[in-house]
Amino acid sequence: MTPSTAETVLFWVLAPIMVLAASGLLFARKAVHAALCVITVMISLAFLYVAQEAPFLGVVQVVVYTGAVMMLFLFVLMLVGVDASDSLVETLRAQRWVGWLAALGLGVVLVGVVGRATYPDAVGLAEANAPGNPTGVARIIFGQHVFGLEVVGALLVTAALGALVLTHRQRLKPLVKQPERAAARVAAGGRLTPLPAPGVYARHNAMDVPALDPDGNPIDESVPRVLRIRGQEAGTAEYRADTYRRAVTAVLAERGVVGDGEVDAALGTVEDDPRPAAAPPGTTTGPTADIDLGGGSTRTETER
Amino acid sequence: MTLTNYLVLSGILFSIGAATVLLRRNAIIVFMGVELMLNATNLALVTFSRLHGDLTGQVMAFFVMVVAAAEVVVGLAIIVSIFRTRKSASVDDINLLKS
Repeated sequence: MTPSTAETVLFWVLAPIMVLAASGLLFARKAVHAALCVITVMISLAFLYVAQEAPFLGVVQVVVYTGAVMMLFLFVLMLVGVDASDSLVETLRAQRWVGWLAALGLGVVLVGVVGRATYPDAVGLAEANAPGNPTGVARIIFGQHVFGLEVVGALLVTAALGALVLTHRQRLKPLVKQPERAAARVAAGGRLTPLPAPGVYARHNAMDVPALDPDGNPIDESVPRVLRIRGQEAGTAEYRADTYRRAVTAVLAERGVVGDGEVDAALGTVEDDPRPAAAPPGTTTGPTADIDLGGGSTRTETER
Repeated sequence: MTLTNYLVLSGILFSIGAATVLLRRNAIIVFMGVELMLNATNLALVTFSRLHGDLTGQVMAFFVMVVAAAEVVVGLAIIVSIFRTRKSASVDDINLLKS
């Protein structure tokens, strides 16, 4: 029995492709390219199996190797990082050359022995495959190798459990969810509510005017942080809720005190760091001082 | 062409796989080299099965495939857990036991 012409053509088309793809595995810089090369080799092998009267193995090759094993490889590449490439540092001296030599020697020995050996005349599988190739394979597996099949089943279960155990991650800290976060926030004693919105009674284009608290004092936090850093926060003197102030002023006026400073002193609302009054809508007063934002910040407009 | 050609191809693929295992540093690529070697043996088994007219060779190839699948699962799990602790997939970085 000799291979048919069609099989010869198939072999000579596929063999160079397979050897090239295998060299791709050896030389490819990126692991993903290597994986694609191996997939090429495996699919070509499936073709060769079918040509060699082993259609069952051909199908299993595609399903198990290219379908499961190589996809697993690609998933792990995704986990590990696609660009995980080889290090160039040689830890063992001359290992590269010894490796090349050993691999070449192995190739020469294998090819030499296998190529020069004398084989009996090929019998071919026409007779063994008479009831169908999967049927013939199944008769042998479930006839002579039942125990082996059971052991392999146990091995697969063990491997699955082993993979689960190996990739299991122990939780080192207790799980932090929303209730724990809320409790931690209350315990920390910071502000629990959202920040107050800036602006006073729509009397100004009010992003730069702080809101006032019930006593009439400005709440600095209500102005956006960017404006505060740039120094564009406006003063609030003219927007203060001034009912109380008017009452105090009236009382003071009866006593003969009329100056604004005295009223402020009596009210206790003197601003520590007086800021200019709010600019008319559409204009800004600009930054009042240089502010160092640290190395990580982008340039500010006051930077020279 | 004779069936010897298949055996020679199998030998070439096996040595390329061996060279990959010896020369590459990336653990995943080394592992793919092992897979290539297993595939080359399968090709030889299938060819010998045809040479002798006996399906047992194909059954052996089938068992090799199943065991290889189990081996890949465990091996990749080991690579992933090593990568988690060492942040590296290079076989040269695993020298924790070196004095």
